[in-house]
Amino acid sequence: MPDLRLVKGNEAICYGAVHGGCEAFFGYPITPQNEVPEIMSWLMPKYGRAFLQAESEIASINMIYGASGAGKRAMSSSSSPGISLMMEGISYIAGAELPCVLISVQRGGPGLGNIAPSQSDYFQAVKGGGHGDYNNIVLAPWNAQEMYDHPRIAFELADKYRMPVIVLTDAVLGSMLEPARIPDEPPEIEVPGKPWAACGRGGRDHKNVINSLYLEPEVLSDHNDKLQARYATIREQEKKWDTRLVDDAEFLVAAYGISARIAFSAIKMARERGLKVGLFRPVTLWPFPSEALAEIGNRVNGTLVFELSGGQMLEDVRLALPGRPVEFFGKMGGVLPSPSELCEEIFKAAERCNAGSSSRTNQVRV
Amino acid sequence: MPEVQAEQIKCVFDRPRALADRPHHYCPGCSHGIFHRLVAEMIDEFGLFDKTIAIVPVGCSVLAFNYFECDVMEASHGRAPAVATGIKRTLPDRFVFTYQGDGDLASIGMSETIHTAARGEKVTIFFVNNGIYGMTGGQMAPTTLEGQKSTTSPAGRDIALTGPPIDMCTLLSSLPGVAYLARIPLTSPKNLNTARKYMRKAVRAQIEGLGFALVEALCACPVQWGMDPKQAIKHIDENVTKVYPPGEYVDRVSGNGKDKAKAS
Ligand SMILES: Cc1ncc(C[n+]2csc(CCOP(=O)(O)OP(=O)(O)O)c2C)c(N)n1
Repeated sequence: MPDLRLVKGNEAICYGAVHGGCEAFFGYPITPQNEVPEIMSWLMPKYGRAFLQAESEIASINMIYGASGAGKRAMSSSSSPGISLMMEGISYIAGAELPCVLISVQRGGPGLGNIAPSQSDYFQAVKGGGHGDYNNIVLAPWNAQEMYDHPRIAFELADKYRMPVIVLTDAVLGSMLEPARIPDEPPEIEVPGKPWAACGRGGRDHKNVINSLYLEPEVLSDHNDKLQARYATIREQEKKWDTRLVDDAEFLVAAYGISARIAFSAIKMARERGLKVGLFRPVTLWPFPSEALAEIGNRVNGTLVFELSGGQMLEDVRLALPGRPVEFFGKMGGVLPSPSELCEEIFKAAERCNAGSSSRTNQVRV
Repeated sequence: MPEVQAEQIKCVFDRPRALADRPHHYCPGCSHGIFHRLVAEMIDEFGLFDKTIAIVPVGCSVLAFNYFECDVMEASHGRAPAVATGIKRTLPDRFVFTYQGDGDLASIGMSETIHTAARGEKVTIFFVNNGIYGMTGGQMAPTTLEGQKSTTSPAGRDIALTGPPIDMCTLLSSLPGVAYLARIPLTSPKNLNTARKYMRKAVRAQIEGLGFALVEALCACPVQWGMDPKQAIKHIDENVTKVYPPGEYVDRVSGNGKDKAKAS
C-alpha cells in the first residue's frame, strides 16, 4: 500500500486524474480550483499527455468534446461560473454519447458570488443544467483520499456508460490539506477500446461520426429512449453511499461532501449529549441512493438535511422519504457553521420531529 | 472514327473518394456543394483519407457529416476550432480541418477562431462566407455588406447601428501563429482552380507543421439574397469582392518566409 502523503484536495484530484488515465486536460483559471490547471500544466506533460490552457470554459468543454470524440480520456476542472459556461457543451457531450470527466469545485453564487465554499451547484450538476433530457453521473468526495480516488472512478464510469461524470466538490475540500494514500507513479490501468471514436478511419470499412443531431422526431425519440434506458441501468447498478453510526440511530443527518464532514463532528457531539444520531452520506448524487436512504430514514424519528445551499439535495431526500419528517438546515454565501452550531440544529430538528410538528411535505394535506 | 481500346480510356473527372455518393440538400445556386467537393479533392490528393477528422458546423452545412466520407465530428455552433484543437492536441499526426460558415466562425465562434489562430494551432479551416445566416432564414451576419437586406436588417444593414462588416482575413493576418490565409470567390472555373491552389497550401501548412491555415471562400446564397444563381455570382464578383478582396493574405508555406501584403 502506498505511503500516506499530505495533499491539498485540488492536488489529490490531479494525481487521481493522471493515475486514472487522463490523456488530455483543458481548463481555464478560476478560484478556488486554480491549483488544478497549475499542477496539470507540468504533471500532464511529464507523462506525455496533453495540457492546454483554453481561452474560456466554452473552449475547454469543446476541446474535451474533440479529444473525447477522438477516443481519449479528457477532463476539465472549473468552478461555478465556469461550469455554467460549459452547459451547452456538456449537453452536446451527453447527446453525442461521449465520456468525459469534469471537476466542479463549487463556490458561492449566484452571479460572481464569492470564492468561499458552497454547495449551491447541486441542481446544476445533478438535475442537468444544460438543455435536453440527459443526466450526468455525479460523485461527491468528502476527503482528500476520495479527491484522489474519484477522478479514476469517474473515468471508468464515463467510459463504461459514454457520458459525462462530474466530481462535485467545493472550496474547502479543494484547499484542505489532508493525508491520502497516493502512489508515486501512475499504476497500470486498463482502458476499454473505443471502436466508435472519430480518430481517422485508418483502414476502417466505415466512417465514425460524433454527432448529436437527429432531425427526424422518431429517430431523436429513439435516441432519447436509448439514453433513458442507460440511465435506468445506472440507477440500478451505480448508487453509492456511506453511513456512520446508523445502527442504533434514532435520528439521521443526510449530508454530502464537506457538509458531511461537519455533520459527522456534530453527530458525535450530539451522541455525547445523549441523542443517538447517524449520518447518511450519498457518494453518488446522481444516481441518488434513495432506497438506501429510505431503509434508514423510515426507521428513525426524522432526518435533517444539511447543505451549504438553500436546500437542493433536500428535494432528493424528500423524494426518497415520502411522508417522513424531513428537516433542513442550510448556510449560503460561503458561511460554514461550526459543528457545535450544527449540533444545536440537530437537537432542535429532532425535537420538532418527536413533537410531530415537522413538515412532511409529501403527505397529502386536506 | 477510329475505335477506342478499353485501355486507352482514361478517367479525367470523377467523384473524390472523400465525397459521399449521395444528393446534397443545398438550395439551387448555393456554393456549399462546390466547396465540399474541393475539400474532398484535397483529402484525396494528399492521400489523407484514412487520417482525416473533419469538424462540421451548425449552419446550412450541418449535415456535412453525411457528405464527407472521412471520420467526422459535429461541433456546436461556433466551437469547431476548439473541437479541432482537442483532437489535434491528442492526435497530432492526423489531418484535422473545420468547415464553417460566417455566422459560426465570425460571430458566435469569433473567440475560438482568434485564439486557435493565435496559438498557431496546426489545423486547417475552410471558411464559407456567404454574408448571411443561411440556415436560420437569412438574418444579418457580421459579414453582411453595408446596405444589404436581411430578415433582421430589412431596410438594409445600417452600419451606424451595427458597425461595418468584419473582414476575417485582415483581422487574422496580424497573428504570428497564422501560417496561411487566403480568400477566393467560388465564381468561375478559373477561380476554382485558384481556390485549389490556395487550399493545397492550407493543407500543407498543417501537414508540414507550420501553423494555422484558413481559406475563405466567398460563396453564393441566392435564396437568402433574393437573387437567382447567376445574379448571385455576378454580385460576388462585382460587389462582395470589393469589400472582401481576394488573394493570399499570409503565406508562410511557399518558403519565402514573408507575409504578402494584402492582395490588390
Ligand atoms: C448556440 C446557438 N445559437 C444559435 C443557433 C441557431 N443557428 C443555427 S445556424 C445559425 C447561423 C448559421 O449561419 P452561418 O454560420 O453563416 O452558416 P450558413 O447557414 O449561412 O451556411 C444559427 C444562428 C444554434 N444552433 N446554436
